[in-house]
Amino acid sequence: MARQVTKQRKIGMTVLAWAVGLLIFFPILWTFLTSFKTELTAISIPPQFMFFDWTTENYSTINSQANYFHFMANSIYLALGSTLLGLLFAIPAAWAMAFSPTPRTKDILLWMLSTKMLPAVGVYIPIYLLFINLGLLDSRFGLIVVLFLINLPIMVWMLYTYFKEIPVDILEAARMDGASLRQEITQVLTPMAVPGIASTVLLNVILAWNEAFWTLNLTTTDAAPLTAFIASYSSPQGNFYAKLSAASMLAIAPILVVGWFSQKQLVRGLTFGAVK
Amino acid sequence: MGKIQLQSVTKAFGGVKVIPDLDLDIENGEFVVFVGPSGCGKSTLLRLIAGLEDTTSGTISIDGKDATHLPPAQRRLAMVFQSYALYPHMSVRKNIAFPLKMAGRNKQEIDKRVDNAAKILNLADYIDRRPGQLSGGQRQRVAIGRAIVREPAAFLFDEPLSNLDAALRVGMRLEISELHQRLKTTMIYVTHDQVEAMTMADKIVVLRAGNIEQVGSPLELYTKPRNTFVAGFIGSPKMNLMGGSDAKSHNADMIGVRPEHIDLSQSEGQWKGEVKVSEHLGSDTFLHVQTSDHSEPLTVRAGGEFPVHAGDTVYMTPQQDKIHRFDGKGLALR
Repeated sequence: MARQVTKQRKIGMTVLAWAVGLLIFFPILWTFLTSFKTELTAISIPPQFMFFDWTTENYSTINSQANYFHFMANSIYLALGSTLLGLLFAIPAAWAMAFSPTPRTKDILLWMLSTKMLPAVGVYIPIYLLFINLGLLDSRFGLIVVLFLINLPIMVWMLYTYFKEIPVDILEAARMDGASLRQEITQVLTPMAVPGIASTVLLNVILAWNEAFWTLNLTTTDAAPLTAFIASYSSPQGNFYAKLSAASMLAIAPILVVGWFSQKQLVRGLTFGAVK
Repeated sequence: MGKIQLQSVTKAFGGVKVIPDLDLDIENGEFVVFVGPSGCGKSTLLRLIAGLEDTTSGTISIDGKDATHLPPAQRRLAMVFQSYALYPHMSVRKNIAFPLKMAGRNKQEIDKRVDNAAKILNLADYIDRRPGQLSGGQRQRVAIGRAIVREPAAFLFDEPLSNLDAALRVGMRLEISELHQRLKTTMIYVTHDQVEAMTMADKIVVLRAGNIEQVGSPLELYTKPRNTFVAGFIGSPKMNLMGGSDAKSHNADMIGVRPEHIDLSQSEGQWKGEVKVSEHLGSDTFLHVQTSDHSEPLTVRAGGEFPVHAGDTVYMTPQQDKIHRFDGKGLALR
């Protein structure tokens, strides 16, 4: 028998859902409001919520102090570059694991994921030295490779779970119909896996966009993305909360827009394979 | 042409031998059905012929040419899968045209052949729909259409009707038989349903654990089963097998009598028993009768309506000329 849903219960659940939603959204809202305050209002006690003198001064200051578009261009390069490079390796890897598994496939997948458990700082020194020797410090290419490698396990996992859902009969039918391996992947598998590939791309772009450890430690100016841009407002002279908030809003704005329009795919990507 | 020969074919997955050693000849234009219980290797055998699995040893030749190591597409065979295996992102037209496109045929020829297949299979009305918008029967027709357009040497069917409901299955069974009569192309059909095997096949291959138990026409298998396995598998309901004094009196270790070869009476007969279950279908009456002489209940079929019910006493007499005799190893005695 289906569970009875009373009107009170429905209202209660709705209120609870909104409360949780607002709680999660609150830090972003607070950052947004702070970005329009003066530095003094930003740290005033008690905090002022809506009723203060709104100013866009922080935005114009940070734009004049630092070249926002330079940092944003770097973020885009790093996020898209590492994602495209990742797809190039993750699609064939996931294809092989999903459709031609060996008894060790599951172990390899778990091993790949286990590398995500490694604290980044544990390999910081060797990678830093490697970057010095190869002359990759503060280079976009070097960072693209690092971001691609740290996110590759997640890309392979996500694509693997998507590919596993595609009946192998369909690929065998393509083989019977005369499709070569390339045609099988490009004309049959990929069109069927487009939603999966799209959400993998999206998640990877967000992960690369948000990555702060390596982007802060391996860059200074040339390859510095938005994470470095935000961090520059937390300085030894003190924290400039209003400017920091304005910088944060500028940094998350593009991903917020992309995320908003593709939330459906994103949720599907994160929960895919959880239930059949 | 579509003559297929399997010589000493074996298949092992790791250490498990699924097909121990198998020889089989399939003549051009024949409708051959592989039948057997789940896990008997019938689908594996079909996949070996298709080239979707590699043989461990032995040769497969198609029209006299060794095809053992040819990739699936070069064997000139078309396969219809149990799951239909249609391309969900393509319309019916594109699905059917796919093999021709892969073969690099020109657009004119592709259109002509697709339209022809659509006409044969009554697909014209939904040629621009996607598989997701079709019913199970329509999808199976599209899958068959995709196979037809290639004009293959042989069609391979892997349990194509098992996803359909009972009524549709009977209809599609007829359609496939008619298609075979029209095209006269070799067809190899895998099923676990012996009714499908009996109604469609020119030749039935009964498999058990990767071994061929018997090859023959449906009636041959029904009238002259080579062993107790074939005797039990072919025919519905299955044959009654009994040992003991019944068998001894026929100079055998075991005898078998089909349910339709036992005469029923309410007054006299060789065996007396109590009806446990009665199934009245109108056209037939099936009775499951427990006797004191046999450990298992006997299944008996009476033509038309036979007015007895559970708990009633009936008498049964096997038709002497229809009794099958088997030795201690289960092989038929002639």
